[in-house]
Amino acid sequence: MSSNWEYAPAPESRDIANLKPAYRMFVDGKFVEGSGEPLKTVNPATEEVLAEVGTASAADVDNAVKAARRAYDRIWGRMPGAERAKYIFRIARLIQERARELAVLESLDNGKPIRESRDVDVPTAAAHFFYHAGWADKLGYAGFGPDPRPLGVAGQVIPWNFPLLMAAWKIAPALACGNTVVLKPAETTPLTALVLAEICQQADLPPGVVNILPGAGDVGSELVNHAGVDKVAFTGSTEVGKLIQRSLAGSGKKMTMELGGKAANIVFDDAPLDQAVEGIVNGIFFNQGHVCCAGSRLLVQESIADELLDKLRYRVSTLRVGDSLDKNTDVGAINSRAQLEKIQELAAAGDAEGAQRWTSPVPVPEKGFFFAPTVFSDVQQSMRIAREEIFGPVLSVLTFRTPDEAVAKANNTPYGLSAGIWTEKGSRILWAAQRMRAGVVWANTFNRFDPTAPFGGYQESGFGREGGRAGLEAYLDV
Amino acid sequence: MSDRISVAKTYKLYIGGAFPRSESGRSYPVNDSRGGFLANASQGSRKDARDAVAAARKAFPGWSGATAYNRGQVLYRVAELLEGRREQFVAEVAASEGTKRGESIVDAAIDRWVWYAGWTDKVASVFGASNPVAGPYFSFSVPEPTGVVAVLAPQASSLLGLVSVVAPVIATGNTCVVVASQDRPLPAITLSEVLATSDVPGGVVNVLTGRTAEIAPWLAAHADVNALDLTGAPEAIKADLERAAAGTVKRLVRSGRGEPDWAREPDVSRLRAVLETKTVWHPMGV
Amino acid sequence: MSAPSTTELSEVTRDDASLRRFLHGLPGVDQVGVEQRAATLGTRSIKKASKLQAIDTAISMVDLTTLEGADTPGKVRTLTAKARRPDPEYAEVPHVGAVCVYPDLVATAVAGVGDSGVGVASVATAFPSGRSNLAVKLADTELAVEAGATEIDMVIDRGAFLSGRYGQVYEEIVAVKAACGDAHLKVILETGELSTYDNVRRASWLALLAGGDFIKTSTGKVSPAATLPVTHVMLQAVRDWRDRTGELRGVKPAGGIRTTKDAIRYLVAVHEVAGPEWLTPKLFRFGASSLLNDLLMQRRTQLEGHYSGPDYVTVD
Repeated sequence: MSSNWEYAPAPESRDIANLKPAYRMFVDGKFVEGSGEPLKTVNPATEEVLAEVGTASAADVDNAVKAARRAYDRIWGRMPGAERAKYIFRIARLIQERARELAVLESLDNGKPIRESRDVDVPTAAAHFFYHAGWADKLGYAGFGPDPRPLGVAGQVIPWNFPLLMAAWKIAPALACGNTVVLKPAETTPLTALVLAEICQQADLPPGVVNILPGAGDVGSELVNHAGVDKVAFTGSTEVGKLIQRSLAGSGKKMTMELGGKAANIVFDDAPLDQAVEGIVNGIFFNQGHVCCAGSRLLVQESIADELLDKLRYRVSTLRVGDSLDKNTDVGAINSRAQLEKIQELAAAGDAEGAQRWTSPVPVPEKGFFFAPTVFSDVQQSMRIAREEIFGPVLSVLTFRTPDEAVAKANNTPYGLSAGIWTEKGSRILWAAQRMRAGVVWANTFNRFDPTAPFGGYQESGFGREGGRAGLEAYLDV
Repeated sequence: MSDRISVAKTYKLYIGGAFPRSESGRSYPVNDSRGGFLANASQGSRKDARDAVAAARKAFPGWSGATAYNRGQVLYRVAELLEGRREQFVAEVAASEGTKRGESIVDAAIDRWVWYAGWTDKVASVFGASNPVAGPYFSFSVPEPTGVVAVLAPQASSLLGLVSVVAPVIATGNTCVVVASQDRPLPAITLSEVLATSDVPGGVVNVLTGRTAEIAPWLAAHADVNALDLTGAPEAIKADLERAAAGTVKRLVRSGRGEPDWAREPDVSRLRAVLETKTVWHPMGV
Repeated sequence: MSAPSTTELSEVTRDDASLRRFLHGLPGVDQVGVEQRAATLGTRSIKKASKLQAIDTAISMVDLTTLEGADTPGKVRTLTAKARRPDPEYAEVPHVGAVCVYPDLVATAVAGVGDSGVGVASVATAFPSGRSNLAVKLADTELAVEAGATEIDMVIDRGAFLSGRYGQVYEEIVAVKAACGDAHLKVILETGELSTYDNVRRASWLALLAGGDFIKTSTGKVSPAATLPVTHVMLQAVRDWRDRTGELRGVKPAGGIRTTKDAIRYLVAVHEVAGPEWLTPKLFRFGASSLLNDLLMQRRTQLEGHYSGPDYVTVD
């Protein structure tokens, strides 16, 4: 069969998603009609409308915050940690039980490949609940004093790149610490958060402890600025993060921000090259590059640049782009037309500024929002594609000559979320890791996440951490 | 009283290890609690603030890169020197704050400094972690200094409050630009003199005197400042300062209305507030 | 780095020191990374026509093997019959790549395969341990070649390799290659004894430098035998070799590959790690015995639309 082995389509059945024609917001333990303008959520891989979703108005936000307050005052804030823990454990188990349904629904709504929603998003979401459940009755051992108190009502706004996982990152620690939650999922990806609401019902979580309000930015703004919210947690762009931080000035609300990034992935000449190539690919093409910690700047030592780029281009050309439900798809759909246009615009800027564009020859579906994996070489620090977050499957390649130069270039950004280091020399790893101004440093690996490992940024990538003991601080009055 | 005319002291700014006058050439009178003239202090300007930030940034790699043991010894040495100047501090605190408790305040300040000096080499073990991730990786998290911290020192507590906000910032490896209490700046300048003769490298602590409301907005908006301690910020401009700080997503240290009771035993929250957590992953294999 | 020319490669084999410099200068292999990549690629879902195509390709790549002390001419004749015509009820099923036997049974195998196109591979060089002197190893090889073997599966001296005597391993392979004449040489690295992926990469390059036509994972007598990540490292080696020299060399995982699912995972690795041009029995083989029957059963399942059973394929 030499040379012409095509993989037949291997689609996961979309029936598993139990897709409903309409979804409603979740307030005070019930699914209710929102009084905002309903939105239509679209499958970005086909541009078909998946469902109509009710959205919240300012009055709905107010109701939800009040419900969360009642639940906090009367039940959740007073409940012994050991009891809270059991609810959270239940949620973890229910996510595992409904894992396949959630994975298919996530891929439909978000466009990400089923392999990733199945093997990363959903299991990691369950893991976050499982991990934090165990903290609920052990907070006195977390290093914040013998009896750290919750903050109250948490208003949480999450992005569209990991809809369920980000909900888990936000809700699990908040509940474990004794807070109640009003969460707004992203406008383009509300569905899995609403299934998570259903799971909260199945877990018999007391009404009002978790409230889910779909909607656009205006709902998020209402929520974070609501006087009844004690704590604001936001994951999203640095631009919006700054707006929120500004709007909360003087409010005294505790904030955590997980914002953008422009991570450098540094490959030294003694790196394990084949694994470095894998790490580079995983770093920028995982989840279509819609990852705040994506390794979007490759910094490669000049002496191996050509060899590495040859290997990289070959490897990237094997990435399969297309139907997010196909089990063999490596790179799915861009989440929205707006995002696709932004990627196209920045890529065009790369051309205009003189970088060399290479695009994978992989076939790309005609319908839906797709962008073929792209590698820009001859990129200079001053170019937009080296400085601005593209949030898409576009890699910018720069070179360096010495370790000092690599570190200087890697840190030359207002962001500071993540960084990658590839070298077989242990002392150099620790040397470079210490110098990276980034909240997460992956050495000889990339894009690893775990509920036990704190995640979060330096500088304009935000503040506060999620995961680990450090992550609890965000939801405790300490 | 002897007939001798005492040598009056000139109070200047402390930037990058030197004691310049304000580039603006301005000064303002500092009075004691009953309105009697004590001295003229330099009235720092935005350009002084800019220079101070540059000095703090320049000092950051060396100070943050020093071993925790070394930082601990350097800071402990400062306490030794404070002890040596105890009488001068007592006089200045008493004059500034109009208190009879000058001695106990200075003692508490020196003890506070010693407390924080002892933290330098504990921070990583207390706030760091080995993360038991579900995979063949070694993952650990270490606290790191956030960078350059702008500190608006408490307005009332001119020494104990000052020490309580500055010591945790530098114990954790940050460098700072401190805006001293506007009306009670003299202990801060004397502390600068102590720092200048200690082993704390120039630029690690920079002290500006002047109008807080004039200098603070420049620090809050400065893109090379990583964190802002609002403790001594005038209530009227607190929200504005927070808004300005949001421009580069600065970390904020906020306190409620009025000053905390500095005599209370401190906790670790001021250490945590100026620390980042860095998580490092590496595969484990052969 | 520009790919060094073949002349540069020939210089690295000049002496032990040059070989060591070269082999130890190869990029390291990160265990976790390569295992992760192999596991991820192992999730490829191969269905329908692409599965049938994969099954037929895999059948054509099988080196149907019997390497037992209890082997007899009768056993070998059974094997050759199966090799020529794996599924009597489906004439279109391709013949396997080769049968693989001990040297003393080569003649029986040659007679058995006739002009079917099925190769006859013989293990040689004091298989499986390789613990003999060079003269005996060469005599072993010559015995097999003279009896008509078209392929020789030699073992390297793992002891010499692990103690860093790369020159000795190299010279032995060169000598066996010379003794092979027209027969293709497969060099068994016995990766289960090499312990690290770095060693697998170095041994692969050593065998390629010495002229091996194939690099093969295992004898089947040592556990672990073939694994996916080891095969990944070897596929990277032949791909890198091609990039440097333009020559295509083959890879043969052997031992432990028993199911169609396993075989397809290997083919996916061949397809995506080395490249589609390696998807031919000329460049990829499976050293296996029970695999063939599972391939045949799965083939029937694909065609017949229901699951097949072991009584519907021949026990050989």
